Amino acid sequence: MVDKKLTPDQIKIILATDCGSTTTKAILIEKRRDEYRLIVRGEAPTTVEAPFEDVTMGVLNAVGEVEELAGRKLLDDNGLIIRPANGNVGTDVYISTSSAGGGLQMMVAGVVRSMTAESAERAALGAGAIVMDVIASNDKRQPHEQIERIRRLRPDMILLSGGVDGGTTTHVVEIAELISAADPRPRLGTGYKLPIIFAGNKDASDAVRGTLSGKTDLSVVDNLRPVLERENLLPAREKIHDQFMEHVMAQAPGYKKLMSWCDAPIMPTPGAVGSIIKKVADIEGIEVVGVDIGGATTDVFSVFQGVFNRTVSANLGMSYSISNVFAESGLSNVMRWVPFHMDERDLRNRVKNKMIRPTTIPQMMEELIFEQAIAKEALRLAFIQHRSFATVLKGVQQQRTIADAFEQSTSGQTLVSMMTLDMLIGSGGVLSHAPRRQQAALMLIDAFLPEGITRLAVDSIFMMPQLGVLAEVHPKAATEVFNKDCLIHLGTCIAPSGEAKSSKVATMNYTIECPDGRVEKGTLEIGAMKLIPLGIDEKTNLPLNARAILEPSRGFDVGAGKGNKVERTISGGVVGVILDGRGRPFTLPTDDKVRVTKLKDWMLELDIYPREALERV
Amino acid sequence: MARAYTPGLKVTEQMRVVKERILPLKGDVLVQKGDRVTPETVVAQTHLPGPVEPVNVANILGVPPEDVGECMLKKEGEAIKVGEIIARSSSFFGLFKAECKSKTDGTIENISSITGQVLLRGQPLPVQVKAYLTGEVVEVFPKEGVAVACIGSFVQGIFGIGGETAGTIRVLSKDHTEVLDAAQIPTDCQGQVLVGGSLVTAAAMKKAISVGARGIVVGGFDDRDLRDFLGYDLGVAITGSEELGITLVVTEGFGTIAMAEKTFQLLKRHEGQLACINGATQIRAGVIRPEVVIPKETVAVAAGAESEIAGLSIGSPVRIIRQPYFGRLGTVTDLPAPLQALESESHARVLEVKFDDQKRAVVPRANVEMIEEI
Repeated sequence: MVDKKLTPDQIKIILATDCGSTTTKAILIEKRRDEYRLIVRGEAPTTVEAPFEDVTMGVLNAVGEVEELAGRKLLDDNGLIIRPANGNVGTDVYISTSSAGGGLQMMVAGVVRSMTAESAERAALGAGAIVMDVIASNDKRQPHEQIERIRRLRPDMILLSGGVDGGTTTHVVEIAELISAADPRPRLGTGYKLPIIFAGNKDASDAVRGTLSGKTDLSVVDNLRPVLERENLLPAREKIHDQFMEHVMAQAPGYKKLMSWCDAPIMPTPGAVGSIIKKVADIEGIEVVGVDIGGATTDVFSVFQGVFNRTVSANLGMSYSISNVFAESGLSNVMRWVPFHMDERDLRNRVKNKMIRPTTIPQMMEELIFEQAIAKEALRLAFIQHRSFATVLKGVQQQRTIADAFEQSTSGQTLVSMMTLDMLIGSGGVLSHAPRRQQAALMLIDAFLPEGITRLAVDSIFMMPQLGVLAEVHPKAATEVFNKDCLIHLGTCIAPSGEAKSSKVATMNYTIECPDGRVEKGTLEIGAMKLIPLGIDEKTNLPLNARAILEPSRGFDVGAGKGNKVERTISGGVVGVILDGRGRPFTLPTDDKVRVTKLKDWMLELDIYPREALERV
Repeated sequence: MARAYTPGLKVTEQMRVVKERILPLKGDVLVQKGDRVTPETVVAQTHLPGPVEPVNVANILGVPPEDVGECMLKKEGEAIKVGEIIARSSSFFGLFKAECKSKTDGTIENISSITGQVLLRGQPLPVQVKAYLTGEVVEVFPKEGVAVACIGSFVQGIFGIGGETAGTIRVLSKDHTEVLDAAQIPTDCQGQVLVGGSLVTAAAMKKAISVGARGIVVGGFDDRDLRDFLGYDLGVAITGSEELGITLVVTEGFGTIAMAEKTFQLLKRHEGQLACINGATQIRAGVIRPEVVIPKETVAVAAGAESEIAGLSIGSPVRIIRQPYFGRLGTVTDLPAPLQALESESHARVLEVKFDDQKRAVVPRANVEMIEEI
């Protein structure tokens, strides 16, 4: 570990890694001429699998690649990271994030399914957990069935809630007794007791302690539902995070060693990405949706009305979980994005082969098209989950009316508003590594279906996790690198919201006055897409701005209400301005030939894939 | 590129195989260090706590929860029988009595004066752990289990279903490319581990079950058959607990893929010998691959030198694990350092491979798997 006396000003070289479930990514940041910039990145397969079973081997391999590319010696003869930096050798700081180990798998319990149990579920989801089951007094299962379920699940930890402060204690103690009777075992490791967090009626704390403290590693935090109309999720979330670091991550092979190398606590990858997305929203005062699509899970983050929410969609990912995306979405939903026919048997086998050999990459164009189609479905499904679960999470001191409190599931819909969304940021291999940036833009548009005017961006080389943890150690370096090297501005999507009664309807008239004097003017027909070039300022490396005058047709809305004109500045990017005239809600043509023709038209207009590849297939 | 590597699946004629056989809960170890065991030898056993039946005695007796303790005729830890009265209350000077009877054989687990709930614990469920291998007990973990070791041939598969089993090897396909269908499965396969070539059909699997075969080892399996066989679409590769009456070990992947000839020949050489197989697969952290272990008659317990994991280098034998060359075998002929553009327009580190037919191709390094030769 580096000398703790090093001040932020003295930190010139920063090495950061992110150990994903598939790939370990390393970045090297250097202070040059008073600003921190990304120098190089390297990557290697994550080595939690046999025969290695040591996450640090993947880290060293990724760092080794950085060494070669940067011409800086970072590892000593014993394979350890050299610190502090001295000339062309070593680094001042080493930090890491990790999602290796299969993520955090939790079970939650509460008294009433739609109230305290649902609050507990939101707390767990917000902390980055996969919720394996929700046990509640009224979940329609017999107590012996609940006990059997708790025993079989083997979660990483349990969050128990129930009752408002000062209310009846009987029901929550009953649930504690069921958990005690089940004598649950942790998923990983055998040398420790299962962590249980009690965040229920404070008056029941002693009775819950008496029931559970001997058999489990019980911790008690503030009630996550102290009164019926208010949630207080933060204490439970923080405790989940502590327990995750202490018990779960420490079980991943080699993780203890990795922790000893780092100059700051290792952050779970979703937590780090969420941290940097929240910062963007706060700094710019905008509404943001961020998504990180990984090999095993997909995390969605949002900031609407200043409220940050996060969900982790278990088993929606592009390698380990690719087969589950296929199973959940269905063959037809995946194939609707593919502009050619594929044999179902062959296709199913390809998906399964990716699942069992998760580190492979598409070599052929048709494989890339197919993989991006699956990505759209994974993103779409993850966003559906985000809307239905996490959007009602309002964190600490959430105020609800009594009426809201009885219909929580639907009340959350109001937070996510695609029309007021300002920025959509994509991260994760399939988005960040898409060979053409247009592909990332179209994947985001097709999966999230933004409405009105929305800026699109991707994490250029998948470094948001590392910058999230860096923000905790050196905020200046994190912000500088984020602005200049991390975020790639793709451009702006303008999608009039509304449905057309016929195929000959115009969705809007547009005039875009570009900074070079060019004026793009026209009519966006229903079902059409159009790309207007508006790039990046070469001097400032920032997106060019243009004046847009948008006049939606009756029944269509671009942000000011149906049929109302909008005049505002829009940003360009490496892709440009995408006009999406396909309407909202969006549906693809049901006729197969029409669908394929349309897909090809859009793909050609936006230059998504090479013309010859689309014509060949 | 010295550090470039892609771990491959192990296929070896002889190695030391050690398996830990651990109880889910602490219990009794039934063998000693040095004991010879067979796959069916029970090496450790314990009892899992019985199922719990909660009974709300307070409600049944119509008394407050805090009075339940006084009404209990049986105390915590006491044995109970089905139908036995475990609690009784009386009111109006004993005129009206209410009783609560046990619905299970077992013990009283807990009496709660807060909820009025009494937990009845059923009889413990016995659990046994078998040796799985033919070999020798090389280590005893008191109250937990043992380690069993043998010298044997070892084939690591890529995917499987079903748990541990053992049977004599019978090779049914003519060569490593032949598809194993139902017509090739004879009726006298009971207790055997059947070996096929490039694919086993669903019909063949069903026939193998009907004739009592223990397992099938084959190059490929069709996903559609897997779905039909399991009754659901497998979302993540975590298997082993299926109870289908047979264990499947797939050595190459999904689809019709010729079994690596080396693997096929190894299995053929050992036809008639006992194979211990396990289909359990977990492609997540702490990865588990399916396996075939063929224990030798002689057991050498001296620690065998584990081979070092060699890096990918020129001359390394590899298997291509993605289209367009999926399943083909070859030798690495070049490892260029710079990133190269693929047909998909992705930029990736690549290698050049020479196939057995002398043709060459450039493929991403991520799309090859080393063939480990020990």
